[in-house]
Amino acid sequence: MLADILQLLVAGLATGAIYALVAIGFTLVWQTSQTINFAQGEFVMLPAFFVLIAMGHFGLAFWPAVGVATAVSVVVLGLLFKRLIVDPLIRHGVLPLVISTIGLSILMKEAVREFYGADAQPFPPLATDANVTVLGTAFSLQNVVVLALCIAAVGALQLFLARTRTGRCMQATAQNPTVARVLGIRVERMILYTFLINAALVTLASVLITPIYLAKFTNGEWLGLYAFIAAIVGGFNQVRGAIVGGLLLGVVDDFAAAYVSSQYRLALPLLILILVILFRPQGLLGRVEERTV
Amino acid sequence: MRRLLAAVALALIAAFLLAAPFAFKPYGVFILGMWAVMSIAAIGLNLTLGYAGQISLAQAAFVGIGAYVTAYLTTHGWPFWSGYVLAALACFAIGWLLGYPALRVQHHYLAFVTLAFTTLVYLVFRNEEWLTGGIYGISNIPRPSVLGLSMEPPRAFYYFCLAHLVLVSLATWWLIRSPWGRAFVAVRENPLRALSLGVDTRRYTLLAFALGAGLGGIAGALYAPLVQYIDPSPFALGLSLNLLLMVVVGGSGYFFGPYLGAVVAVLLPEWLRFTQGYYLMAYAVLVVFLMAVSPAGLLGLADRLLRARRAAAPRATP
Repeated sequence: MLADILQLLVAGLATGAIYALVAIGFTLVWQTSQTINFAQGEFVMLPAFFVLIAMGHFGLAFWPAVGVATAVSVVVLGLLFKRLIVDPLIRHGVLPLVISTIGLSILMKEAVREFYGADAQPFPPLATDANVTVLGTAFSLQNVVVLALCIAAVGALQLFLARTRTGRCMQATAQNPTVARVLGIRVERMILYTFLINAALVTLASVLITPIYLAKFTNGEWLGLYAFIAAIVGGFNQVRGAIVGGLLLGVVDDFAAAYVSSQYRLALPLLILILVILFRPQGLLGRVEERTV
Repeated sequence: MRRLLAAVALALIAAFLLAAPFAFKPYGVFILGMWAVMSIAAIGLNLTLGYAGQISLAQAAFVGIGAYVTAYLTTHGWPFWSGYVLAALACFAIGWLLGYPALRVQHHYLAFVTLAFTTLVYLVFRNEEWLTGGIYGISNIPRPSVLGLSMEPPRAFYYFCLAHLVLVSLATWWLIRSPWGRAFVAVRENPLRALSLGVDTRRYTLLAFALGAGLGGIAGALYAPLVQYIDPSPFALGLSLNLLLMVVVGGSGYFFGPYLGAVVAVLLPEWLRFTQGYYLMAYAVLVVFLMAVSPAGLLGLADRLLRARRAAAPRATP
């Protein structure tokens, strides 16, 4: 019984950590540029196909393919996304950008279906199908590796944001772009960095989650939903919040599937989302956003 | 002059809509009926989004609720109109309740609440087999008869849908010119000022939500007998996003926006079938491009071009 719960907990934390990666990217982009990326789920769906194309069409091995996919993602989902979609729209306010990213998500989905195929593709896992036994409980190696990589990535990101000059400049930009500009921070460049970091995070998430759910053009639909829920439940304006939200979501989702009802597993996260928005809209860890008249 | 042009254009469109069933195959007539139904749903969303400024991703859920209520009642021996009225009332009431979050949160938060609502409703459609038939859905949904005339033939039912579209259009036309409609716009443009001018922003926000939802319910009540078989999949989040795009692409806050948006989203894909999957990609590119050029949609773009021409005209003549 206890072993079951521990196994579920680790599995939930592993998927939750992946959601956290996606939610962190979502939050960073929102903080610095007020961009609500409705295509964030498709951003996670796509890099897996970059990897598959690099392996299938160019004959690369897995890790070089991941490297190429990361580079392509950073350019396409980071740089081009910002230059072509966000920059021309930013002055129009939040809604047009939301609509535009909805359009973008359709484009990415249809393009993958048209040019790669509608069938779910297997994706190479990062670890072999083995178990690690700790204190008499067997954990799947896959989950442990995923969890370790996520912790490493988030830790590195936190160090970068808190300890380096660029990272602090990015935080300043997120908190108050006007003051940041006055202080001589190159705000535009900092915003670009958050888009590039987001692209790198979704690539990592893609490589981690696709072995579990196979590569399919519709993956973005629920991945995006989970990223939104994680980001909002944790606190829309906090990286810490996205981490807590992601982990919480992964665990709740796993336990709901195991103990409540697998048909309604999505319902519990959605209900939590609605309750959080209604009663604590700033999120579990968030600060209250100031309202301007 | 402009009024005359508009009247002529409207007359031509009306003539086309009336004559089209005689030129089209049954499938073409069915698609036109679908256009009318989706237009009604989009008109409802345009009230909520375009006039009252509340971004809602719940419209698919209301179309679904309307469709399921009507399908369930009519297949259990109830007359069509009982399903129709109940669908509209139920959606109005649920829309009113769903409007409460809109009072507390704004913009993106509201989008997410309504998104969650749509997905929850979809889960209920899919899982509550005793009520909705689950993934097998409800089939053999009968079509009503009006004044002894059976609406069973495709052409008759198309006119039935078209008549509803006309009625809904007239009601909406009246509504947005009434003090209520003005109050919606006031709440959208500046809630604080509207409040200080004595507009009960609370009530009007709820009303905008409820009316939009009620029209969604009516669209659903027509959708079920139009398709005659419903299952959960058409009422997933995709339809909500699609309806949102219809309203925005056509021109949110423009009276004719939803009709045009529904033409782009419902009719064009059928006429451009030979392009296969590329149509959706082109549509997506159009949306992205349109938002950059004219966030007010196609009608907003046309409006701006017309105004630019009129501004340029006096300068051209010495």
